[in-house]
Amino acid sequence: MKISPSKIISLLFFIFSGFYLYTAHQIQVFAFDENAAFNAKTFPIYLGYAGLIFSALYVLLPETRPSNVDLTVLDYKKTITLVILMILYGLTILRVGYFLSTSIFLVLSYIVLGERKWLWIFLLSFPFVAIFMYLLHGLLNIYLRDPFLQYIGIMG
Amino acid sequence: MIEGILIGLETAFSIKNLMMVMIGCFAGTIIGMLPGLGPMTAIALMIPITYGFEPSTGLILMAGVYYGAVFGGSTSSILINAPGIPGTVATSFDGYPMAQQGKAGKALAIAAYSSFAGGTIAAIFLLIAAPSLSKVSLAFRSPDYFGLMILGLTAVSAFSAKGHFLKAMMMVVLGLMLASVGQDTLSDIPRFTFQNMNLSDGISFVLVVMATFAMSEALTIIFKANDPTRVAKQISLSQLGSIKLDKEETKKMITTIPRSSVLGFIIGVLPGAGSTIASFLAYGMERNFVKDEEKQKFGKGSVNGLAAPETANNAACSGSFVPLLTLGIPGSGTTAVMLGALLGFGIQPGPRLYQTNPEIFWSVIMSMYIGMVILLILNLPLIPYIARVLATPRTFLIPLILFFSVTGIYLMSFNNFDIYMMIGIAVVATVLRLYDFPMPPLILAFVLGGLMEENLRRSLLISDGSWSFLWERPLTLIIMLIIIFIVGWQIFRSFKSKFTSSV
Repeated sequence: MKISPSKIISLLFFIFSGFYLYTAHQIQVFAFDENAAFNAKTFPIYLGYAGLIFSALYVLLPETRPSNVDLTVLDYKKTITLVILMILYGLTILRVGYFLSTSIFLVLSYIVLGERKWLWIFLLSFPFVAIFMYLLHGLLNIYLRDPFLQYIGIMG
Repeated sequence: MIEGILIGLETAFSIKNLMMVMIGCFAGTIIGMLPGLGPMTAIALMIPITYGFEPSTGLILMAGVYYGAVFGGSTSSILINAPGIPGTVATSFDGYPMAQQGKAGKALAIAAYSSFAGGTIAAIFLLIAAPSLSKVSLAFRSPDYFGLMILGLTAVSAFSAKGHFLKAMMMVVLGLMLASVGQDTLSDIPRFTFQNMNLSDGISFVLVVMATFAMSEALTIIFKANDPTRVAKQISLSQLGSIKLDKEETKKMITTIPRSSVLGFIIGVLPGAGSTIASFLAYGMERNFVKDEEKQKFGKGSVNGLAAPETANNAACSGSFVPLLTLGIPGSGTTAVMLGALLGFGIQPGPRLYQTNPEIFWSVIMSMYIGMVILLILNLPLIPYIARVLATPRTFLIPLILFFSVTGIYLMSFNNFDIYMMIGIAVVATVLRLYDFPMPPLILAFVLGGLMEENLRRSLLISDGSWSFLWERPLTLIIMLIIIFIVGWQIFRSFKSKFTSSV
């Protein structure tokens, strides 16, 4: 028997709803609130049950409009690489600083997606980020922590 | 009311706000033109910028972006048959054939005039309907609001999901679950925080919108880049042709625009319906109204066939502001994003907004009209230049969208936990989108989650824990019956289609 991906997702949502419902029951409420008509865990408990019901219905009922996705044409390599680049960007943005991490993220993303116009790659990374930073930092007074620019003495 | 309109005019006509409408319309047009990026993405990208402004200025910018994006969507529909948003799909039925016949300039001009006329007529309706509706809505109590919110969520799920009602309802529950993370508003008890301080304030609305729309849309474009069903076509600028309309074309538009505007506005007011349904209905209605000779031209470059959906989708955009501004309940995904932004400004839309913040209420309505005028002035002469944006390589566009998304979140919290959470939600959203799990119901539920819990709390406390509040008041009962009808209709439709396909 072959189960459709939508049903697998619904089954995962069923498990997630079960976990959510269990966690909702664990919410600690004040003693005087325990038997109240409504307390901090009432709404989440209803949500947990709603999640279980809708996902169970989807799993059990026949699919009226199955979603047909051709998995062979999807570009996993580029998508996963972009996600990894974003994670690395998040990892370095505070430690290295906004300017360098953003510029490097942009350069690498352009290259990963197959861009080879080096002048445009450069213009739309380092100078572009510098102008953007100036707009934020210089004009809108939004402070951006940047250890790299502080280290080389550009930022105070 | 006159005093309010004058306050609105004064606010909307300030140099700063006029500039915002212009910037909004321009940015919206460009973002809306890019296939895959719609008004929700455009507004989501603007939210971090608007937090630096006054609420009225921020809202005016977002309204401009909204209209611009809807018009931009029409441009890509006409020029490359790639509707930027679902609301402009019907535009491509006759717009694209016109462009193929070498009348792209004319098609774009018809779209611009129709959008302008539809938006203008609907803005007048809004001006008349909003104050009277806000008076009526003062009669609404907590059970009615709770019922209305369920109605909004059910309607959006029913209409936006195109036969995937249960999937949409799962997304509604997921949105409400995400909204429940953080401290309980009344008792401050932490819920689903798992002792993580970063979650104690809950999940940011901007984070969820950016992740589920801007970021996940960018990832989906790359993910499906090799899909042979996605035909990438580049526009030939030499084939734009003239933008001047002849007498007969103008005459056809004059008959089409009023009826499509009325239809569009009414559909826009209804929760969940929005511009997509409005444009399709207007297209169908127009086909029934025209003479047989013109009927034959539908789908082959008919002026009526292009003007009707274009008028209706813009009129529906104005209409969708009615439930947002008067009841505080968004009727569409896009207005849900705007509700989130309003709440971020510390403003609670609803019947009292009209009295407590008249400058916001009226300036938004006034700026809508100014936005229409600016769109017309800006877009007609700039059509050939704006069209060049369609040639922006994806290799530059996608990283820039990802960069704006990450920066938007980073500027709000300055911590990388939010960035990781955003990436996580975006990846999940990308997979869900792939299998037709719709995102607008999730966003609507996320925005309404807090309000829904608050109204349920009040209703249950008043009725001493009994659910009888759902049928005790006639108004609540009517709302509940409509919900039952929508759910019943969805079940009937899905069983009917299953039965028909098996036969």
